[in-house]
Parts: sequence; C-alpha cells; structure tokens
Amino acid sequence: MTAPGEPLLELEHVTKHFPVREGILQRETGQVHAVDDVTLNIVRGETLGLVGESGCGKSTLGRTIVRLLEPTSGQIRFDGRDISKLGRRALRPLRRELQMVFQDPYASLNPRKRVGTIIGDPLRIHGVGSRSERKTQVQELLETVGLSPEHYNRYPHEFSGGQRQRIGVARALALRPKLIIADEPVSALDVSIQAQIVNLFEELQDDFGLTYLFIAHDLNVVRHVSDRVAVMYLGNLVEVSPANDLYEQPLHPYTISLLDAVPIPDPQVESRRKIVVLPGELPSPVSPPSGCRFHTRCPYVQQTRCRDEVPGLRPLGETGHLVACHWAEQIHAGEITPRYVGGAEISAAGAL
Amino acid sequence: MTEALLDVEGLRVQFATEDGVVRAVDGVDFSLERGRVLGIVGESGCGKSVTSMTLLGLTRGANARFEGSVKFKGQELLTASESQLRKVRGAGIAMIFQDPMTSLNPVQKVGDQIVEMIRAHEDIDKRAARLRTTELFVEVGIANAASRIDAYPHEFSGGMRQRVMIAMALACSPDVLIADEPTTALDVTIQAQILELIAKLKDERGTSVILITHDLGVVARLADDIAVMYAGRIVEQGTKESIFYDPQHPYTWGLLGSIPRIDRPKPPKLHAIPGQPPSLVRPPQGCKFRPRCPHAFAACFEEPDLVARVEPATHLDRCWLTPDEKRGRRDETIQGTTGEEAA
Repeated sequence: MTAPGEPLLELEHVTKHFPVREGILQRETGQVHAVDDVTLNIVRGETLGLVGESGCGKSTLGRTIVRLLEPTSGQIRFDGRDISKLGRRALRPLRRELQMVFQDPYASLNPRKRVGTIIGDPLRIHGVGSRSERKTQVQELLETVGLSPEHYNRYPHEFSGGQRQRIGVARALALRPKLIIADEPVSALDVSIQAQIVNLFEELQDDFGLTYLFIAHDLNVVRHVSDRVAVMYLGNLVEVSPANDLYEQPLHPYTISLLDAVPIPDPQVESRRKIVVLPGELPSPVSPPSGCRFHTRCPYVQQTRCRDEVPGLRPLGETGHLVACHWAEQIHAGEITPRYVGGAEISAAGAL
Repeated sequence: MTEALLDVEGLRVQFATEDGVVRAVDGVDFSLERGRVLGIVGESGCGKSVTSMTLLGLTRGANARFEGSVKFKGQELLTASESQLRKVRGAGIAMIFQDPMTSLNPVQKVGDQIVEMIRAHEDIDKRAARLRTTELFVEVGIANAASRIDAYPHEFSGGMRQRVMIAMALACSPDVLIADEPTTALDVTIQAQILELIAKLKDERGTSVILITHDLGVVARLADDIAVMYAGRIVEQGTKESIFYDPQHPYTWGLLGSIPRIDRPKPPKLHAIPGQPPSLVRPPQGCKFRPRCPHAFAACFEEPDLVARVEPATHLDRCWLTPDEKRGRRDETIQGTTGEEAA
C-alpha cells in the first residue's frame, strides 16, 4: 500500500495539438490548440473534477491520459511510471489499471453483443480466469452496479439509459482498475437517474478504493462528486482547488462567471443573485488569444498584462488553491469590479 | 383573474404503435395568462414536449388520437384546419426548439428564412420585411445584424443560432412563445445569455412564455408558474414559490432532492428516485408514480384528481397524503435543499 496523498497520475506540461489541413494537398495550415501546457496531479483515492464548456479540451485531455490520443508533448506519469511514450504493446498491461466510462450509453455499447460479453471482454482479452470463472465474475459485477445476474444474456437495447450506464461502469470495473476516467458519465441521463449513477460512483469508490477523473460540464454534479476541481478554458487550466473552496471562493474570473451562470433551483436565491454575465463566445482554438486566453471575454480585464503576458497557475492562500490570473488578489479583494453585472448589458454582451 | 390567452382542458394525446397505444399525454389542463411564464417541468417521456407540440398541431398523424380542447383566444385549435393553424403558427403562437441547427434550413440564408415567414403572414414588401429582420437581429443581440442576415445557419455558433430562432419566433409578434428546452444544447454561460434574452422579451413585449425544461434551476430563474409532469399528466401545479417552498407531490420532492446544489454544503448522498418512469403503453394502476413512491399506501391504487389541497387555491396536486403528512415527510427527501427562508 502506498501512503495517501501520493499522486497516482502526474501530468507535466501535457500538450495536444491537432493539425488543421486544407486544400487538395492536405497541407497543414494551422493547429488546434486543444490542450496546452497542462500540469496536474491526481492523488490516490480522490475524485478530481474537470470542468469547462464544450471545446475547452477537457475530453481531449481525458483521452490523452488513457493514450487513446498521443500527446504532442509533455509527460504523463501513472503510478510513478512515464507512460507518455509507451508503444501499443507496452500499454496493454496498463489498460487494466486505467479505464474509461463514456458519455453516451447508447453509442458506447456494441448493440450486437450480449451484456455478458460486453462486460466480460476486458477479462477475456487480458486472459483473466477460465470461461466459467469469468461468467461468475461478470454476474457479480452486474450485482455490484445494481443490475441483476439474469441480465447476463440480454442485449443493450433492452435497457434504459441509466441501466446502460451501469453496464458501462461494470465494464470499466471488470479489471479492477486504479483510475477511472469518466467523461460526462451522467449528462445524457434524466435528473432522477443521474442521482442514481452519481451515488453508484461514490459507493464504488468507497468499496474499491478507486481514483476518479470526473469530466463534466455540469457544475452541480462536479461539486457533488469531487474532492478537488480543475477548471479548463480553451486548452488551459485556469484554476485548481479543493472543491468547497472553489465553489465558495472562486478566484479566476472565468470560474466566477461560470458559477454565476448556473441557475440555482431556488427562486429566492435566484432573485437576489448579482449575476456576472459573460459576453461573447469561445474564441477559436486554432488561433487562441495572446496573453491570458480569457482576456477577450473577461469582465475584469485590465489594461496591462492580460493581453500580453501568459498567466501561469500559481498558489493563492493556504489550501492548495491554484489560479492562473494576474489580478486574482485584487479581484478577490473587490478592488477590481466586473464590467457586466445583471441583465442590462445583455445586448451589449451579444454585440461583442 | 386576468384573461387567459390559452386554455387547455382535458388534453389527451395517444399514438398507436406496434407495442400498443402510447398515452403520451393523459388528461392535461392548464391556462396561460398574458405576460406570464409557465414552466413545464419533467423528465424525458413525461409528455411535456408532446403537449406543447400538440398546441400547434404538430403531432397530427394517422396514428394519433386527440381528446379535450385547446383554446387560443377562444379559437379551438385541436380541431382547426391546417390552413387555420398556419395563421396561428408564428403569428399567434411561436415555438423555439432545443436544437436550433435542425430547425433552420441549412441551404437558405437565415435572413431570407425570416423574411419568408413574415411575408407568409403579412402583406408587406421584401424591403420592409428585411428591415424588420435586421431590427429583430439587433433586438436579440446578434452583432453586425445588417450583414449577418445574409449568412447561412452553419456560419453561426449554437448560441447565435438560438438567437436567430428567437428572432424568427418573434418576427410576427406572437402572443405566446413556446420554448422547448431552449438552452439544453448550450453551454452554461451561453444559456445564461439566452435566459436573459427571454426574460427581456417577456418584460418588454409582454409575450407569454411556455418554458419546457427538465432543469429546475432554469424555471427558478425564469418562470412565474410551474406545472410538474409525470407519465403524461400534471402531478403538481402552482406558482413558482408554492412549488419550490411548499411542494406537495412526492415526485416534486424527488426532483428537488436529486439535484446537487452549488450554493449549499454537499449532502452525503443524493436522493435518487428509485426505479424508472413507467411504460406509457401499460401504465401502473392508480397514481402513476406509485411504483417509485416511498410513501405509497392502499389509497394510491386509485388515482387522485389534480385539485387544491392547500392554500393558495391555485396550488394543485395529485397526492392522497394529507398536507400535514406531506410537510412532515418531504424534508427527508428534499434535505432542506429549498425553503430555508420560506419557513
């Protein structure tokens, strides 16, 4: 056993660019900066929530970690071992320890295979046990995720969305992985079913000592499941913090606006809120803005530094709260006020 | 009571399918007053979208059967002819959908689509219609309106496309705007922009809105009244305040309890509603929520009517428990997620 607090996954300056090709010759004309210079640790036994809006690079980062994508540069260390340059064959044993749960429970299960085969395939591929041992194991897994052993011979189409997601979780669990990367695992589900799956993730973590990277855009769900949260914007990490800290005292202007944008299911709270509405939309990741990538939309943007100096992640306070903003202290102290508050500026906001 | 623009009574919609008759909407009553926002909340398959599409005759088909009545300004829409309906669509009641990409014609300039729509309803020349389209683009916050009306749908982002849809919906100044999950496909910061826009339209134009969503946060921000739907019927209905602070139906409690909230300390566990929504072909006997309801008892095998059981009289629900029993039991499910200040 390793001591708690020790990182299971360490990312150092991980970068993933995709080439943009144009013309008949498919010449490379640019690069999509999907993930840029991400440095991040995931500690054994914790859940790290990764949030951001579509196109921020959070899924690309997840896929790069399990090496479904090749990192362009940077180092990925899993359990103390550099895995960023391992070849296909060398990666195989590693796949046992690193599993993934996908967003769409309809697209991620082979419709022609029986549930037993879907969940048992990882065991078979890795040569675990005999045929009958595997069957017993799969049936146990079905029970673990809240399905019944009789479901062994059914096909995916016979299940609802929530049940399918349980099948996806059982498949990920089959090889007893150390780390599960869950990419939007509940966003395709209805709220009442969402809660069932969120609870399942938490129970399994306790029972199997799992570590999660939980990628989602729903800030409510991320807050609920995460010990720490990392916020991504246009390929960069802008804030990393213990979950409670982040939600109570967001430091990065992007995080502040993101939390403001989430409607709270309580009319009185809603009517009292002063909402910082973020203008405009995500810039193109092919030619990201200079300096701080958020400066084009930032309600707190300043005349100096923001446009020409890239802010690095730096610690603020005692709790291990990291933020990539030049002006975080001044914003936190209320010395810099946002430009857009409340509803009045929405047309101006749209016009930016 | 002010004059109701839209009156829905005993609406039933059934579709014949290979598996049997699907009772998609099974006895829905509500009315919508001028300048109000009615939020219809529920999960997939509860009938919220079928209800709203039926108002505009969009669910008609060989396998569909309708009962009840839908009156818009006194005119019956359920039995109206296609040409009568065409006059109502857009000019009287307009609709925006979840996915703005599939609701726009991809090979026609967005401005032309709106101009075409205006001219279908009004005797007005092309230049005037274009001018109005530009004004609408400005109103919904599309930058460079004059040049953007000549762009194609794919040249817009998701949020901007939804603004185009809203501009189109507003083109003939409808009395009622039906927004079916208008922000579900959008990112949260863009959602905030679109919700602001809908709120502004309601205030400035006095448009009534039917807001269909699964997101209780969205209705908390925007709605005046709320109807909670389950398995084809309304199980609870009332003002926003009564639904959030004095919820009467166990399904409403379940919804409130199953969403984590960013402004509250984290509960140890979310209150998931056990099981799944029932089949609409063979719905359970009695209260449709009974099989999933932890509070069900013998009486629940008979379905309660949607009536007022508490004050105010506009607050209706379908549950046999007494109001005292409800107030005693609901906190366990909701975990004080709402109503801290209401007590």
